[in-house]
Amino acid sequence: MSFINLKEKVVQVKIVYYGPGRCGKTTNLEYINRTFRNQIVSEMVSLKTHGDRTLFFDFLPFNMGKIKGYDIKIQLYTVPGQVKYNATRKLVLRGVDGIVFVADAMAKQREKNIRSLNQLHENLLSYKESIFKIPLVMQYNKIDLKEHGIPILPTEVLQKDLNSRLQVPHFEASAVTGYNVAATLKKIIASTIISIQKKLF
Amino acid sequence: MNYGIVSQEQIEKIDSILTDKLIKLGVDCVIVIDMAGNIITAKDNSESKYDVYSFAALAAGNFATVDAMAKLVGEEEFSLLFHKGQESSIHFSKIDEELLLISMFGQEISLGFLRLNVVDAIEQIKRLWNKS
Repeated sequence: MSFINLKEKVVQVKIVYYGPGRCGKTTNLEYINRTFRNQIVSEMVSLKTHGDRTLFFDFLPFNMGKIKGYDIKIQLYTVPGQVKYNATRKLVLRGVDGIVFVADAMAKQREKNIRSLNQLHENLLSYKESIFKIPLVMQYNKIDLKEHGIPILPTEVLQKDLNSRLQVPHFEASAVTGYNVAATLKKIIASTIISIQKKLF
Repeated sequence: MNYGIVSQEQIEKIDSILTDKLIKLGVDCVIVIDMAGNIITAKDNSESKYDVYSFAALAAGNFATVDAMAKLVGEEEFSLLFHKGQESSIHFSKIDEELLLISMFGQEISLGFLRLNVVDAIEQIKRLWNKS
């Protein structure tokens, strides 16, 4: 649920990066944190295990400037990707306004992407949200691995696996190098703001 | 999806309840958040400066986790949480299904006295909220 404060003229928007374990959700946020330092007021919060895996979530507040006099505060979250943490994944999804689904383009991760997307669908249903209605962007991450000779799924295959029914915007990306990280973020912010505006006015 | 919109009038009334009941008592900082981690309003004694946005995200996560644990042991909810530190402590209290009130305070305030005032503040905020 986005939250609109008419006194201070602030709109808070919650965007969640979702996807299977080790697909690069935290790496997306880390890149954003490094690259847009001047729009970020505080430190990124990461709740992780000793092995550097996300335990609960990462949190990064991002100032987008003003629209029609309203300060837009984007709250970026990631979920823990490991299979066993679905209970916490669900908690993070509470009140979500927009989702980036980060898929791992490595060929061997094909099935995990599909499972994770199916679980996202179920988790949203538990909040009476629909994956077909919520603003969603697909990011096919790790395409840089192609140059290192690691088998990568062609985008057409990923599109067919994950996006044939959803038909949402998609990006090939590399969170490590930053390729299309900003483009993904821009797209999900735009879709989310448009969807909030439609519901309000 | 529900969108939470609060009018200027409502926020001002909540702010004055928080100031009267808690800040004047000596509480360092009071935040009202929703369960998604958004800030409804935050008041402080103008000496303490906390990063309230990160705080809200973590507090919502913390409360949700404890809530899930309550269900695992067969409780409907743990409606109150308290973390005690050397210098400062944090008190969480549920206002309703959507809202949480968080107070950060130092050693000079007793927990009992704080709780009485929190209950009072929550009653007043609830009345205000339900009217809208």
